[in-house]
Amino acid sequence: MSEYEPIKKVSIICAKGGLDEVYPALIMANGARMDGIEASIFFTFFGLNAIMKKMVDNLKVATVGNAALNMAMPMMKFPITMPFPTLMGALPGVSSLATWMMKNEMEKLDVPPVSEFLEMISDAGGELYACKLAMDMFKLKKDDLVDEIQDVLTVGEFYEKSAGAQIIFT
Amino acid sequence: MAIREIAGATIEFDEENFMVDYTQWNEDIAKTIATEEGIDTLNDRHFVVLNFMRKEFEEKGTGPSIRKLTKQSGVPTKELYALFPGGPAKKAAKIAGITKPQGCI
Repeated sequence: MSEYEPIKKVSIICAKGGLDEVYPALIMANGARMDGIEASIFFTFFGLNAIMKKMVDNLKVATVGNAALNMAMPMMKFPITMPFPTLMGALPGVSSLATWMMKNEMEKLDVPPVSEFLEMISDAGGELYACKLAMDMFKLKKDDLVDEIQDVLTVGEFYEKSAGAQIIFT
Repeated sequence: MAIREIAGATIEFDEENFMVDYTQWNEDIAKTIATEEGIDTLNDRHFVVLNFMRKEFEEKGTGPSIRKLTKQSGVPTKELYALFPGGPAKKAAKIAGITKPQGCI
């Protein structure tokens, strides 16, 4: 056992809206709840995509300008060191294909689709918040967001709610 | 490793207090471990969860993910968290007598 105090509370900031950018925040929040750690997620900027009714199950993996993407995706059997050609990523349907592949792999690992994942975290006692400034910028209303979002917060309110928490930026 | 007398049986536990051999488990042992984990009484719904976890462990060699557990055992997420306050993952596995969960979901 560690000599340090166990983590009791985490506040996770999700500021990006690609499928591969949203999942880490959801997995970490859910994992915290599974171990009895208090967890909240604050969705801001393009992270709001993950909680918009119209977008929640339409998130994509970027295949252009994504330096980490490689050719080792399951169907292709190319080496992981081979980069994904940007021009290929720009072809119609390629991003959708990459997205489909990732969703498929996630499902095999029992990772739910984003909408179901939000419901699961909420039911597990995790708190989900949207950023007021980003909502104003994108001209969004609370009604545009999935029901699991408890509140729209200013940065100050987010910090208040994060008292005693470890803050994680994803 | 620790060997302890528990509910009239001699049971081996690992460093984190998970049972080493799940076949030694019975309901009395579960009740005793539950008390140690802060759950005073185990009801029928607890045992729905515990038995589902044990069945999965027997078949797959590892406990189920929370998602699978809630979808297939008929115990929804909210209830699961209420049954095992303080985190269902490790706590329920301990009480079910299976090894530490390996999954992240």
